[in-house]
Amino acid sequence: MSPVPGHGLAKGLAVTLRTMTRRSVTHQYPDAAPHLPPRSRGVIALFEENCTVCMLCARECPDWCIYIDSHKETVPPAAPGGRERSRNVLDRFAIDFALCMYCGICIEVCPFDALFWSPEFEYAETDIRELTHERDKLREWMWTVPTPPALDPGAEEPKEIAAARKTAEKLAAAQETAAQQTETPEGGA
Amino acid sequence: MTETTVGIGGAAEGTDMVLNIGPQHPSTHGVLRLRLILDGERISHAEPVIGYMHRGAEKLFEARDYRQIIMLANRHDWLSAFSNELGVVIAVERMLGMEVPERAVWTRTLLAELNRVLNHLMFLGSYPLELGGITPVFYAFREREELQNILEEVSGGRMHYMFNRVGGLKEDLPNGWLGRAREAVADVRSRMDVFDRLVLGNEIFRGRTRGVGVLTPQTVHAYGVSGPIARASGVDFDLRRDEPYLAYGELQDTLNVATRTEGDCLARFECLLEQTHNSLDLADACLDRIAELPPGPINQRLPKVLKAPEGHTYAWTENPLGINGYYLVSKGDKTPYRLKLRSASYNNIQALTELLPGTLVADMVAILGSMFFVVGDIDK
Amino acid sequence: MITPAVSSLPAVQGLAAENLGVFGRDPWWLIIVKAIFCFAFAMLTVLFSIVWERKVVAWMQLRIGPNRHGPWGMLQSLADGVKLMLKEDLVVKGADKVVYILAPIVATIPAFMAFAVIPFGPANNEISIFGTRTPMQLTDLPVGVLYILAVASVGIYGVVLAGWSSGSTYPLLGGLRSTAQMISYEIAMGISFAAVFLYSHSMSTSQIVATQHDKWYVVLLPVSFIVYIVSMVGETNRAPFDLPEAEGELVGGFNTEYSSIKFALFMLAEYVNMVTVSAIATTLFLGGWRAPWPITAFWAGANHGWWPLLWITIKIQLLLFFFIWLRGTLPRMRYDQFMKLGWKVLIPVSMVWLMLVATVRALRNENYDFQRIVLYVGGGVLALLLLSLVVDVFRDRGRREPAESGAPGDRFDPMAGGFPVPPRPGQTLPPVPRRRPRGERQLVNATDTAETADKEQEGDNA
Repeated sequence: MSPVPGHGLAKGLAVTLRTMTRRSVTHQYPDAAPHLPPRSRGVIALFEENCTVCMLCARECPDWCIYIDSHKETVPPAAPGGRERSRNVLDRFAIDFALCMYCGICIEVCPFDALFWSPEFEYAETDIRELTHERDKLREWMWTVPTPPALDPGAEEPKEIAAARKTAEKLAAAQETAAQQTETPEGGA
Repeated sequence: MTETTVGIGGAAEGTDMVLNIGPQHPSTHGVLRLRLILDGERISHAEPVIGYMHRGAEKLFEARDYRQIIMLANRHDWLSAFSNELGVVIAVERMLGMEVPERAVWTRTLLAELNRVLNHLMFLGSYPLELGGITPVFYAFREREELQNILEEVSGGRMHYMFNRVGGLKEDLPNGWLGRAREAVADVRSRMDVFDRLVLGNEIFRGRTRGVGVLTPQTVHAYGVSGPIARASGVDFDLRRDEPYLAYGELQDTLNVATRTEGDCLARFECLLEQTHNSLDLADACLDRIAELPPGPINQRLPKVLKAPEGHTYAWTENPLGINGYYLVSKGDKTPYRLKLRSASYNNIQALTELLPGTLVADMVAILGSMFFVVGDIDK
Repeated sequence: MITPAVSSLPAVQGLAAENLGVFGRDPWWLIIVKAIFCFAFAMLTVLFSIVWERKVVAWMQLRIGPNRHGPWGMLQSLADGVKLMLKEDLVVKGADKVVYILAPIVATIPAFMAFAVIPFGPANNEISIFGTRTPMQLTDLPVGVLYILAVASVGIYGVVLAGWSSGSTYPLLGGLRSTAQMISYEIAMGISFAAVFLYSHSMSTSQIVATQHDKWYVVLLPVSFIVYIVSMVGETNRAPFDLPEAEGELVGGFNTEYSSIKFALFMLAEYVNMVTVSAIATTLFLGGWRAPWPITAFWAGANHGWWPLLWITIKIQLLLFFFIWLRGTLPRMRYDQFMKLGWKVLIPVSMVWLMLVATVRALRNENYDFQRIVLYVGGGVLALLLLSLVVDVFRDRGRREPAESGAPGDRFDPMAGGFPVPPRPGQTLPPVPRRRPRGERQLVNATDTAETADKEQEGDNA
């Protein structure tokens, strides 16, 4: 207990009085857009050109909020005399954001990089049924997807970059050996 | 013949009044319900009625694979999502005998401590609010906002991080994040004294909490109460020290388990405040270590279908609110056969039946607030 | 005792008699104008102070506060009022209808009535309205302050009746708390006024302000002032004494079951009461309409004409700010602590203080010279005593608590009734088998663990 009675009350009153003179920390949201980090899980964007209708996302989704419809199409053979190929064509890709738990498992499992997180968050609706967003809307959100942030220096290289680097190195090595090979015969001559 | 009915109802039964606190009462943080029998303003009988938010988490776990469980498990106690995820992945890793990369261990420790600070700040703010002081909660939320930004930057989520994976973390830290995290921790620490001046030193606050709702160590043991509430009653038990998991074994110098012996509301609040300070120190220590670590992976390459081998294990962690345990029984499938959840609030809240009788309605609010519970954690 | 006092201050007494003669001579239209002015002044102050409160509390909480309605959010309370009027008006099934509807009216009307005797300016016909010279006060009574006390206590009946007539548990508790609050704080309030009467020789408000031309009573009677400030916060049900409402405990207290315009009336009554008690505090202790000291030193006209209206408004606003400041900082007191503060601290202290003031007045009438010193020293001592008593109220609780112990301890059967149960009060617990850290456990054999468990049990029992 403080030695002087009422000391604690006075201290508290001083805190609030001092705070009163400070600037507020409020961000006036609709007037000032919030700054969100690139990893922010706002909405799921679909890059439908990459989608092969493998249904992995719909199957892995813990609350089954992804709806996919597709049909098969036969593609005429690329070269004359070749075989006909069948291809899956996406008819519908919808995510019910009223059910979505924003876990990101669908994005993680997508083997063809067709799904991405976007920090976009302004898609509230007045009717819960309108929260099921179809492929055109999901495709539009693709434009808001930011580039992923650079990683900490202590981190392992991301596997995409590692793979790209490996092929680049291989290519460079191949070029070098090719150059050497062209050089060697010259030197021999 | 005339028939006379004599009403003696009220007079014969005394003047007890049944008062329903909740499920929508402002001081129950959600949908806890207390059925009180009052004699004047004094409570003669209290019965917590739970289950208004039961979501069947344990049953849902049985139909989800281990990655999906992480996402479900971080929701039962929405204020300590990271620690909840942690228990699940530790259990699965133990079953698999999987070794987690050092970088992941330290980062998990760091995020767990930041999560602890976030959780405690919530209660440091909301407890004075329940006692009628409307301002501290806003100061607490300013600090929470700062730390949430840090966690959002690394995990993408502000409350449900979904950042743990079996064998490590989802992805590595963004560039420059360590520096920003350090800044945020320093900022929060520099302003933490506001709770000392505005709340703890206040005579009215002390008058409302000192000697109110004394929880004896015996009751703590009897009901399985844990966490800061148990430590405020002198039960010195903290898994971070007594059964170190993650990197806590190497943090013993920094780790300081806050204990009190009084067991009243004030002691509980003081424990929480002290623990918040300590968690900030721990976070700093983790940041130091992560900066020194050699470059390396932050997760393990997992098989396409992750199956825990047949067997069972119990993984418990010191969550912000107390001991959180997962008893995992696997039959070798990709889903668990059973995943029992031992949540901290469920046990803590049961001590209310002992604490409340004999107190005033106003004390009820003080005690309820000082039990630091999350309704989702009670009802699962 | 009064007679020598009268003889010692003949001039003041004469003035008083003259002043009260001034009242009640207005033409009927002027009375209506003044009444409307009093009402409008209270309403406007309320409208302003609601916005002001929300702004100030927001600043204290690092927020901005209302800023959408009108310039700087000034029309926020108007918008709130309109919203409340348009809401659905519910009457609870179990309510006592007549009383239920009457209660908000009973709470609101007396809140305005006290304004009739608040002097907004000097009583010697300083201003002229449409060519009629008149005092800046609706009316005055020889027992003006008693009238205020009477009206204020009627207002609290509104709260009590609302709590009772709602036929619901939370409002009932709120109403009961309000009753106790009213009884205990009116006494302290009344006694703090009595010290003022001893100095002013009058209960009429204009006379009380007139006698403060030299020194305000806040300087002469600091203890009375503190007691009044505390009890006025208690009377208006404001934080930290907002027990009848106590939104964290009783949801809304007495107004839980009210909605729409009836709820609006309660809100209005609360804020008008705040304005009223601030006006009373200003009148009785802070020199009423008088300009503060440094201004009067260089500006002789400060207390004449329409200017007094400005000073009293400023003083009322400062007191309102004090209310808001308290609300933004302090947690709520507990009901029994609040009662203890009223009965064991405020009432005894103000009684002793009243005796002291009376003694000093008597000595002064005997022309003793050291009375000033006695007053100041005694005042200081009493102010300290008051504060330390407040502290004691909170302190002794901790000591009393451990005396309670449970029923005689019988043996604890952990499986009573066939399922695991916790011990009842008084029963002791069997030893808790504690797990040891994993590394340590392998080194310890079974007998060792048993022994340590026994030791732990002994420790627990001790």
